[in-house]
Amino acid sequence: MNSNPDLLTSLAGSIRSVLSPLIGNPDGVDMAMYGVGLLAVITLIFTNAVILVWGERKVAGFMQSRYGPNRLGPWGLFQSIADVLKLMSKEDYRPKLVDKWVWALAPIIMFAPAVAAYAVLPFGKDLVPVDLNIGIFYFIAVSSITTIPLLMAGWGSNNKYSLIGGMRAVAQMVSYEIPLVFSMLGAIMLVGSLKMSSIVEAQSHIWFVFLQPVAFLVYVIAATAETNRAPFDLVEGESEIVAGPLTEYSGMRWAMFFLGEYANLLAVSAIASAVFLGGWQPLPLPGALGDMMHAIPGWIWFALKTYIMIFVFMWFRWTFPRFRVDQLMGFGWKVLLPLSLANILVTGVGIFLYRVAIGG
Amino acid sequence: MQTQTYELNMGPQHPSTHGVLRIILELDGEVVVKATPVIGYLHRGIEKICEGKTYGQTIPFTDRMDYMHSMNNNLGLCQAVEKLMGLEVPERAEYIRVIMAELSRIASHMIYAGALVNDLGGVTGFVFLIRDRERILELFNKACGARMTFNYIRIGGVQQDVPEGWVEECRRFVDDFPEMMHTYNGLIMGNEIFQARMKDIAILPPDRAVAMAASGGVLRASGVNYDVRKDDPYGIYDRFDFDVPLGTKGDNWDRFIVRMQEMEQSIRIIDQALKQMPEGPVMAKVPKVIKPPVGEVYHHVENSKGDLGYYVVSDGGMKPYRWHARRPAMVNLQLLDELCRGYKIADVVAILGTLDPVLGEVDC
Amino acid sequence: MVKFLLDEFEPAQLSNLLGQEVAIAGEGVSRALIVTPEQLIATMEALVTKLGFDYLGDLTSVDRGAEGLEVVYHLYSLTNQREIRVKAKVDAETATVPTVTTIWPGADWFEREVYDLMGISFAGHPNMTRLLLPEDFEGHPLRKSYKLQKRV
Repeated sequence: MNSNPDLLTSLAGSIRSVLSPLIGNPDGVDMAMYGVGLLAVITLIFTNAVILVWGERKVAGFMQSRYGPNRLGPWGLFQSIADVLKLMSKEDYRPKLVDKWVWALAPIIMFAPAVAAYAVLPFGKDLVPVDLNIGIFYFIAVSSITTIPLLMAGWGSNNKYSLIGGMRAVAQMVSYEIPLVFSMLGAIMLVGSLKMSSIVEAQSHIWFVFLQPVAFLVYVIAATAETNRAPFDLVEGESEIVAGPLTEYSGMRWAMFFLGEYANLLAVSAIASAVFLGGWQPLPLPGALGDMMHAIPGWIWFALKTYIMIFVFMWFRWTFPRFRVDQLMGFGWKVLLPLSLANILVTGVGIFLYRVAIGG
Repeated sequence: MQTQTYELNMGPQHPSTHGVLRIILELDGEVVVKATPVIGYLHRGIEKICEGKTYGQTIPFTDRMDYMHSMNNNLGLCQAVEKLMGLEVPERAEYIRVIMAELSRIASHMIYAGALVNDLGGVTGFVFLIRDRERILELFNKACGARMTFNYIRIGGVQQDVPEGWVEECRRFVDDFPEMMHTYNGLIMGNEIFQARMKDIAILPPDRAVAMAASGGVLRASGVNYDVRKDDPYGIYDRFDFDVPLGTKGDNWDRFIVRMQEMEQSIRIIDQALKQMPEGPVMAKVPKVIKPPVGEVYHHVENSKGDLGYYVVSDGGMKPYRWHARRPAMVNLQLLDELCRGYKIADVVAILGTLDPVLGEVDC
Repeated sequence: MVKFLLDEFEPAQLSNLLGQEVAIAGEGVSRALIVTPEQLIATMEALVTKLGFDYLGDLTSVDRGAEGLEVVYHLYSLTNQREIRVKAKVDAETATVPTVTTIWPGADWFEREVYDLMGISFAGHPNMTRLLLPEDFEGHPLRKSYKLQKRV
């Protein structure tokens, strides 16, 4: 395994060596490094959102046999910058009868957990911002907060479409949280640790997607529902309830929801690549080809896998029509939940038999 | 626990009400208790305006009723006036009329299917349908210089002959159509979610459909075999060999699939018409000033929405004494309330989509 | 091929069949069965039960000026493929005819439209309100006495 420091880890190392003599106290240096990490994550979220907005349109164009944005800059790359400028220059409009505090806080609460979730993402070897020993548990806990701002927005907007959307958000996200967690449980049982870096390390020989194919499937479906993307975009459901909780938002407030949504999309894709697709591990190829794969830095592998997952999610969105609310609940509770439970059972039995075989 | 119903005002500004339709929904959570359609937001008083126009001048107003299937609207009115005057239309004009009306029907059904999938959240299907519809609009553009509001079919024939090369282009469209249908089959009809959303929703029994004077795809989806082109052939429709697709259940799925099959039948008609089309004049000898004899006439044609009828009363003058259109979309829209009851909000847009109202026609 | 009912039967035969003294007016494509508002429901019921006119094609109205108003029904038979035009004549002052929603529920919006634009009310209609025009609109535009305003 290649343990040479790559571009990003050596960058972090040199920042640390610059900061150490300035601060002196080792704890202070650690604190400062967390600050650097936070800055890096926020930059990542913003740039990523800009790229994803552009990418989503290009993917949509590709799916629908048209061009997508192609006027502003090469391949229309600057289109999303223009969009951001437009959103920022829009009037901050607040409808008269909204519940002021609840309404105004919702976009911020939407954005905050999305950022917090990035603390444990294993971007590469030694590139985990905070490598908690309960990393994946922390991620699940933090990302489930996203339900609350949607309900707040739905309730605070004083609009019936928003309220219906908020109610749908709660029903949908709470129901799909369970299969989402259960699907990851199988992988965690194989590793025996909740620590992100251990989960990735454990996949150096075989990715968990091959050991846990059912769990991966359940995860992808539940994650689509968790991020409120088509075919589970009932929360926004534009042809039914206009824009759901987002109906009364405009300008930057609306953009915060959007940002949070894309941050979540990146986060669930990153978790998918870390837990099921081997994270920063290169393609396990034999011989010289394998060495060549190892020469590519881990964070590039991680980014590649994450963006492939994102493409899959976009593919869903531009292919499937929307579920109806009763079908959605039925599918979550009657199909996904039993499936993920069965997967845990089978995994447990499998581990037991493996241990018996090894022991015997 | 005590709960109460609430009212939700869907429209006139709403992404999926096909124009300016307002539906007052009484909801119990997500379930519809009552749906009251409120129409009239697009009422322009066409019937009154037409009393002050000459017969020829009323044709453009029909374009603006069902703007998705304008050719047929032109056709219905012109044939009504011709019937009153006892006018014979040249052969070639009859064929051009049939080709235009059927092309227009396909274009209308494409919008219908596209808007429906779009309402169900499948934007991509919509884009593909719109893309293929573009070819039909381009054909219209070449024939008469307009893409939506044609004023092409006139009393006594059609406004002008189709330009050179038009027939070949139309033929290419007919030849390419099976492939388009194949795309829709894979993308829309074959989609499990789409089927799950449409099947067994809002069942309309045949006797109720007849009693409510429903027509077109809505009636035929319930299994009632009534197509004006077959039952009361107008123009030269009795010369063509085509089937009338029928549904079995009368649910949303049947209302959708019947129209998709109708598109294939329209292609069959166009195919035959292109083969049989003779050379010759496209306009009968019509007096400069059209003054039908005193009397009245009711003539109906099969529109993409249903049974479109024109009732024209003449007092012998230059202008119609009374000009009335039986608009199938309006009549079909009456069914919205009874079909929606007990289903979810998401089904309301699907049911509305399958009823296929065009508000220009509903409000007239 | 659709048969026109008045081609099939002599007027006397028809009156006998319907159990009503009905008149026939017009000629050629303009022919119509004329009934009074009192005869209307009985005639319609006879047309449905005896001659199978199960489908309401169209329902509209004409303002004939001094001769009063006409409510015009175009009926169609899906089973026998026949059609007929029935007219109920009513004077402009009373302007009331019985509703046919009891026979064809689908006549609901047709009758509301006629009420809205022509000002003929249909006795027994479940919801006799304006359909297209706003509630506070004055007058009935399709009446010949309604004066169109100049462009504003």
